[in-house]
Amino acid sequence: MAYNVKEVVAHKPSRFTEGHRMCAGCGAPPVARHVMRALKEEDHAVVANATGCMEVSTFIYPYSAWTDSFIHTAFECAGATLSGAEAAYVSLKRQGKLPEENHTKFIAFGGDGGTYDIGLQSLSGAMERGHDMTYVCYDNGAYMNTGIQRSSATPKFADTTTSPAGKVIPGKMQSRKDLAKIMVGHHLPYVAQTAAFMNFKDLYEKAEKAIYTEGPTFLNVLSPCPRGWGYATEDLMLINKLAVDTCYWPLYEVVDGVYHITYKPAKKLPIEEFLRPQKRFKHMFKPGNEWMIEDFQKEVDTRWQELLDLEEMTNKAN
Amino acid sequence: MSIRERLSGNEAAATAMKQINPDVVAAFPITPSTEIPQYFSTFVANGAVDTEFVAVESEHSAMSACIGAEAAGCRAMTATSANGLSLMWEMIYIASSLRLPIVLSLVNRAVSGPLNIHCDHSDAMGVRDAGWIMLFSENNQEAYDNTLMAHRIAEHENVLLPLMVCQDGFITSHSIENIELEEDSEVKKFVGEYHPKHYLLNEKEPIAVGPLDLQAYLFEHKAQQAEAMKAAKDVILDVAKDFEAWTGRHYGLFESYMLDDCDMAIVCMNSTAGTTKAVVNELRKKGIKAGLLKIRVYRPFPSEEIAAALANVKAIAVLDKADSLNGMGSALFQDVASSMYVSGNYIPMVDYVYGIGGRDTTTNDIASVYDDLSEIVKTGTVQNPYRYLGLRKEEI
Repeated sequence: MAYNVKEVVAHKPSRFTEGHRMCAGCGAPPVARHVMRALKEEDHAVVANATGCMEVSTFIYPYSAWTDSFIHTAFECAGATLSGAEAAYVSLKRQGKLPEENHTKFIAFGGDGGTYDIGLQSLSGAMERGHDMTYVCYDNGAYMNTGIQRSSATPKFADTTTSPAGKVIPGKMQSRKDLAKIMVGHHLPYVAQTAAFMNFKDLYEKAEKAIYTEGPTFLNVLSPCPRGWGYATEDLMLINKLAVDTCYWPLYEVVDGVYHITYKPAKKLPIEEFLRPQKRFKHMFKPGNEWMIEDFQKEVDTRWQELLDLEEMTNKAN
Repeated sequence: MSIRERLSGNEAAATAMKQINPDVVAAFPITPSTEIPQYFSTFVANGAVDTEFVAVESEHSAMSACIGAEAAGCRAMTATSANGLSLMWEMIYIASSLRLPIVLSLVNRAVSGPLNIHCDHSDAMGVRDAGWIMLFSENNQEAYDNTLMAHRIAEHENVLLPLMVCQDGFITSHSIENIELEEDSEVKKFVGEYHPKHYLLNEKEPIAVGPLDLQAYLFEHKAQQAEAMKAAKDVILDVAKDFEAWTGRHYGLFESYMLDDCDMAIVCMNSTAGTTKAVVNELRKKGIKAGLLKIRVYRPFPSEEIAAALANVKAIAVLDKADSLNGMGSALFQDVASSMYVSGNYIPMVDYVYGIGGRDTTTNDIASVYDDLSEIVKTGTVQNPYRYLGLRKEEI
């Protein structure tokens, strides 16, 4: 059945409830809510969460915003923690210690800090071992929970509290890591990059595929942060759209190694459109800093072309 | 019927794990405990156990996966040593705070640095305040027996704490000694089945584990852990009673060896107790009243019982196989000294840091401690309570 956002929202109860304490205009709650909605209603889930904004805002003792089972242990080990829970499921199922009708899916959420950086080893291990689980990175491009420090997902030139735009050094001087490709390098059956874009179709469909593809799967989801990025809270969906339409954040999936770009903008917008509404890039628009925008545009173009090439190459090979 | 065998300490631990047949084992190799996951994965590969073996990429992930598995409703076990335990450290605290009765086989080894693969107790001492029950084992038999008792203790509803069974790296883990094993079916009966009240995989009652726990609740939750640790003492003794009724082998909180009438007592843990017993036997032949208190249960620390057992001795030497590097004496010494002080009983005490990085401790070394103690008994004073045993002093 074709995706219909109204149908989904009206007929599938939210498994990520109101009352959580995430900021207005944060990109992560709609991501969590929609990923969880992609579960079949009759299925149970065990959610693991790395320490981060999402965890400290959704499970403050004694309140939980999650209607499924949920576990948080530490910052760097959502992958390992969930792989233990999944191993428990496999073991108990094999021994007949769980009821036949128990269908449990395993979903981890981690920010870019807990995924790209401190949790990369744990994630890599869990993926390599082939646990039947989906790891969702909500990528807000910095360590937002501790107060906007740079991560390896922070875009070049962004002003963060540990890569401040100063008089000598104009923000973060390194490019961002490409985590989805690192995951593709694990030869997973399903890897996708997505965002809460338009009516959530792309996010929902990819979450559904990831959760219901057997084996380890990975979703990298853009998750803007109003505090760290410096946009008006009501502009969340606009920022998502600009990220996609400028090809800063391409939407694509890799199924068994074959790339499919799931959205190609009819008109690829210049990167300024994405950068301008965000305070973290404000210094790039000062006179004399035009080179920074050019440099940024060049990187976006190179990466977009690389993706187009990969799509062509992997489809031809198949 | 017990079965007579000859096994190393690692084989003994792995055999106990096989008989317990846990649902999940997650482990990462590190000398000298590597053989435990090796043996265990052979059991898995040959279908001798029902366990899901998770060959994790680090010890941090080993403990994380054990936490995930135990919270999911499983029995989860692991094994490690030294730096492996150090890497787990963060998760060690989380396992106990989540009240997950995970069982860990700790084969004691010196924590780096510099790198050293041999036995001391610096790994265990690094987690002594982490909220784990800690049992120490003199030899392969005790490592086996402590492991068989572990789940009954850890999973008890008054306890619900993780537990580690310690044995000395190489000295015990790689030495083959006689051992009495129990029948698989008898072990299964003794250990029993695990039925957690709340677990992640119960789709009928979803739960949330590991909250942000702020000023309003964390203190109470920590106090609950502390109460559970206190309650563990009785449970350990009850389980030991059942174990003795089954196997005939007696276990208490500690072992008193020639202690009742002794003038001079050594307090130590693990394999050094065996060496000390040999020295006590020799001294007794000469009419010297030497005795030994061998700690089995290090956490919870049986403070009152130890103070009572040492109440009538004239001098005490505590042997610490880890140096706290605090300028005042190591961990076991401080625990025993506190116990004596709180009991209102002043007895001259001295601490010996010994066996660091696998330095051999011989019967001569132990005999020299009793010689020192006899001097202390004579004078009634201790000049330097923080000493080394077996150190080449000219090199410092």
